[in-house]
Amino acid sequence: MEFAFTEEQEMIRDTAASFLAEVSTSEAIRAVMATERGYDSELWNRICTEMYWQAIHVPEQFGGMGLGYVEVVATMEQMGRYLLCSPYFATVCLAANTLLLGGSDAQKTAWLRPMCDSALSAAVAFNGGVSDWSAKAVTATWQREGGDYVLNGEYRYVVDGHSAQLLIVAARELGSVGEAGISLFLLPAETAGVFRRWLPTMDQARKQAAVTLNDVRLAPSELLGEAGKGWQVLAKVLDLAAIALAAEQVGGCQQVLDRTVEYTSERVQFNRTIASFQAVKHKAADMMLQTEVARSAIYYAACVAQDALEGGMMAKELAEAASIAKSYCSDAYFAVAGDALQLFGGVGFTWEYDVHLYFKRAKSSEHLLGNGAFHRERLAKTLLD
Amino acid sequence: MKLSFSPEDERFREEVADWLKDNLTGDFEQLKYRGGPGDEHMYPEERKVWERVLAAGGWTCVGWPMEYGGRACSIEQQVIFFEEYARAGAPGRVGHIGEGLTGPTIIAFGSEEQKKKYLPGIVAGTELWCQGYSEPGAGSDLANVKTKARFDEARGKWLISGQKVWTSLAHESDFCFVIARTDPDSVAHKGLGFFLVKMHQPGILVRPIEQITGTSEFNEVFFDEAECDAEDIVGAPGDGWKVAMGLLGFERGVSTLGQQMAFQNEFDQVVLAARENGAAQDPVIRQRIARAHTELKIMRYNAMRMLSGQSGSDGGLQKEALIYKLYWASWHRSLGELAMDVLGPECEILSDGPYELSRLQSLYLFVRADTIYGGTNQIQRNIIAERGLGMPKEPRGTL
Repeated sequence: MEFAFTEEQEMIRDTAASFLAEVSTSEAIRAVMATERGYDSELWNRICTEMYWQAIHVPEQFGGMGLGYVEVVATMEQMGRYLLCSPYFATVCLAANTLLLGGSDAQKTAWLRPMCDSALSAAVAFNGGVSDWSAKAVTATWQREGGDYVLNGEYRYVVDGHSAQLLIVAARELGSVGEAGISLFLLPAETAGVFRRWLPTMDQARKQAAVTLNDVRLAPSELLGEAGKGWQVLAKVLDLAAIALAAEQVGGCQQVLDRTVEYTSERVQFNRTIASFQAVKHKAADMMLQTEVARSAIYYAACVAQDALEGGMMAKELAEAASIAKSYCSDAYFAVAGDALQLFGGVGFTWEYDVHLYFKRAKSSEHLLGNGAFHRERLAKTLLD
Repeated sequence: MKLSFSPEDERFREEVADWLKDNLTGDFEQLKYRGGPGDEHMYPEERKVWERVLAAGGWTCVGWPMEYGGRACSIEQQVIFFEEYARAGAPGRVGHIGEGLTGPTIIAFGSEEQKKKYLPGIVAGTELWCQGYSEPGAGSDLANVKTKARFDEARGKWLISGQKVWTSLAHESDFCFVIARTDPDSVAHKGLGFFLVKMHQPGILVRPIEQITGTSEFNEVFFDEAECDAEDIVGAPGDGWKVAMGLLGFERGVSTLGQQMAFQNEFDQVVLAARENGAAQDPVIRQRIARAHTELKIMRYNAMRMLSGQSGSDGGLQKEALIYKLYWASWHRSLGELAMDVLGPECEILSDGPYELSRLQSLYLFVRADTIYGGTNQIQRNIIAERGLGMPKEPRGTL
């Protein structure tokens, strides 16, 4: 048992941190968050060609580095810390994981390679606009017509869906309910019948889209995995993505905590720094507690995720580890970011200071892929029913 | 990062589990899940016998070096031992203060003579220890001890006078380690000594404290020129604070993993109660149970991180270790509240008169101690802010 980063993992984390400190500055974030695309293509290219983050856990045979999910989580933590605006989460944590878990070798070769080699961006659309992130979220439909699949429906909360080059969509067989009948499809974003619309969001640093499928006709070769068995794949993908998102939340916790300690140590009132007030220290202590506990949750979940991707024994723990991490980190990040805003006082309420960027990210990440209550109810089912 | 145990460690796990299964039988059956915090007053005599059986099997002081009678178990094996011990429902250890605190302190700071004199009795489970730290005027402000130690040249002994409080198991113990002021004019953490004192002597009076639960496991201990042999001071006079602080570090050891397994047993009881009375269908209770489950699981991961990591560069505790006491104590207190809310109005009804508490009622009341002793939640937050975040230290008062 060695529940700590290896030296190599520490190096990956530290390299990510110093790179991001340089490129994902407040000015850089603000410049791209005002755009519809929401990220800087040049920077994304640099990440894909110099840092190679998009390839971390993709096996070497498909053009990746063949490292593990622990490295993905370590990198996501730093992206959350520096609020990097990029299609990484949608492309890697959602789309690449779907291909890895559900794709045929031909599909993996066709799509993972360009992701690793040429900065292809991708998004996964599955939620038809419901707050229940279980299989009930899948409302779009498919039916067979001749040899083809014809898809119809609408999706919301599609992270980077308006800018992605490749879409993976989940749809259910017309008339099916629950986990049955769900299939996954791969389609280039320009496929006829696909309409995409940017949804302006409170958190401007991560873009969401609505996607509409209007009689989209797909050949069977574009089916990902077995027809009707898509949920088994998607459920695991959502668990893996939730773990990565939780890591991003931990990075955000750390950043707002650090900035809060820094600010309260400079701000003077009543002839003393406000950091010397016990009321402030105790709030900061609670912020650190939540940050560290959240970090312990994601490190464990990362190990489980890695084992699950390798087909190990811990795969059966994946859903629980994901729900534990996502529920704790969601609540922790929102609480920590809220406390930070409070301790920054008046300036925390301004557009000029960065606190609001993190406060807004905390809420958007909390609800994405299921909030604390959703994941606790998932745990309660296994404990109590 | 990896989480699995080696095949060798898994065999060790089996060995521990098998031994417990074979030995926690017969008269010891009644001790299962008894004698933990809040239940220390139960079966003291039987648990003393159990301690010696455990020792005979070689299962006391498993983390100590071989030369002092330990098993020199790796951290992983110690984790496994404490987990299996708690999983089997083996009783609260009457010897835990000797094994967890006195022994490591003597090994780290004691003389060869002290090691020879005291370690074998701890390993054998025949000599029990209690802790003389807190005083009526020295709770959170531990350095404010008033108990004095004066060296009597004529008798060639230290004479200790003063009062200690919240001393658990004092009435069952053979020895007590005591911090007392060797320099009567000193203040705060200077001028203290760390003494190893025999309990059975005329100069010591033990008075049980009746607690919120109506039971007593903490005591007041009065010292009236209690004698302590000249060679039974650990370190030099004046070194007491250094030794005492070293000891507090030992408190956060691997036994925390066992503590969590005991918490798991309690949590399982709450889940069982919720399933039995239908509270498990209440959406609010479901959320709270799932939250307790989540936080208990992470408590384990956090402890694994603590045990896998090294100390910070300044030799201090890492951040995940600094938050640990505040985290588990707050969690445990919430579990008690959850237990009562699961039971609903039935939580009020006692097992019997005049004040016979059920296990869950006892849990609910006793966990109020957790956020107070060993550094209150407020003191913990000061420590976290000051040592973990580098925020300004609290000023000393002027009263």
